[in-house]
Amino acid sequence: MSRLHTTPSATVGPYLSIGLAWEDGPYVVAAETPGAIWLRGVVHDGNGDVVPDAMVETWQADPDGRFDHPDDPRGAVPYPGFRGFGRSQTVTEGQYAIYTLKPGRIPDGEGGLQAPHIDVSLFARGLLDRVVTRIYFADDAEANDEDVVLRSLPDDAARRSLIATPTGDGYRLDLYLQGDRETVFFAV
Amino acid sequence: MTGTTSASGLHLPQYLREAADLRTPVGYAGYKSTGLRAPLRGPVDLPHRLTEVTGPLLGEGRVTAADADLTRQHAGEPQGQRIIVHGRVLDSDGRAVPHTLVEVWQANAGGRYRHVVDNWPSPIDPNFTGLGRTVTDGQGRYEFTTIRPGAYPWGNHHNAWRPAHIHFSLFGRAFTQRLVTQMYFPDDPLFGQDPIFNSIPEAARPLAVSRFDLERTVPSWALAYEWDIVLRGRDQTPYESHEPGADDGDVA
Ligand SMILES: [Fe+2]
Repeated sequence: MSRLHTTPSATVGPYLSIGLAWEDGPYVVAAETPGAIWLRGVVHDGNGDVVPDAMVETWQADPDGRFDHPDDPRGAVPYPGFRGFGRSQTVTEGQYAIYTLKPGRIPDGEGGLQAPHIDVSLFARGLLDRVVTRIYFADDAEANDEDVVLRSLPDDAARRSLIATPTGDGYRLDLYLQGDRETVFFAV
Repeated sequence: MTGTTSASGLHLPQYLREAADLRTPVGYAGYKSTGLRAPLRGPVDLPHRLTEVTGPLLGEGRVTAADADLTRQHAGEPQGQRIIVHGRVLDSDGRAVPHTLVEVWQANAGGRYRHVVDNWPSPIDPNFTGLGRTVTDGQGRYEFTTIRPGAYPWGNHHNAWRPAHIHFSLFGRAFTQRLVTQMYFPDDPLFGQDPIFNSIPEAARPLAVSRFDLERTVPSWALAYEWDIVLRGRDQTPYESHEPGADDGDVA
């Protein structure tokens, strides 16, 4: 069967907030959900300046490691009140903020389990396509050591660029588009 | 297609990647803002596992029928040429992507965005916000009523103007299918000097341009443009060809 060519991407541009701002965007779960965390970080450009016109989107498994989605061969399992998806603009000094529940571990398809992780898309003026990364959690050291994606990275500096550190109310991971600390981005 | 489980792991759909010569690069020298923003190291390959083959299925709950008509969001009607923009959302296998959220935003007829950082000397239209949302129907169809956006100047280079465009955002059904892009209008004389349009490889540029659709114009009311959007499709290699238990190449 002949394939159609995919529509080429384009930058989200400087005016993304007109189209993509949702009042409940950052809330993967409702405010005051027991056990919820704030996931925060600042996006930096190659000068080290903050990027105040980016958008961070997150997608993740629920705390039991399940997805409410028909393409999960283990079955679609809803988790009440959990959207799985978060969207935050970085208008406040380049910082994103997502309110969510920490994901559970999920199979890696090679007989093991992936460490808890969140898939991230970052969009901004000056990026003609999204860039993709993952957020892991520093207090899952043992699970991180076993994680097939983290293990595929060349060195600890690369791994560290994906691992969020605990804060008073959740975790923090800054993202670096360029520079010595450039975040590991993925081709999906 | 739903994956299956087996002793050796999880069989998951694998999403195809468009060839590099048909894909917009993340950075492009002619578009200055990419200079300090587009990552400089090559991306690491991420095989598609559970988190990548799933994604948010956001639909009806986020939109009302009125969100698809950008000309009726205020007390009066906006200035400009009324148009219908419609098409289908498909994947690269040609299958419709039904019930998926489509978000659009655009400048007004004079090329001005209703946004604090847009302050070039062209007036705001009090009757135009420039935000639209809809959900595709069971055949993947979408339709907006809006006004044709104007071109606008920007600071990328001397006398730079963006060709008229509408920004589109789509989810599909998997993390891999997420797409943010811009729809252009046919034969725009500003294409030649626009680095955002020209960052698209030449062979793929026609895919970003809508088609004037005389049949869908509404007499004495609106012109019409058609634009189909194609998201990444899935590898159709039949799973049955794998020897049970002997397959160590599957990823989940
Ligand atoms: Fe624009």
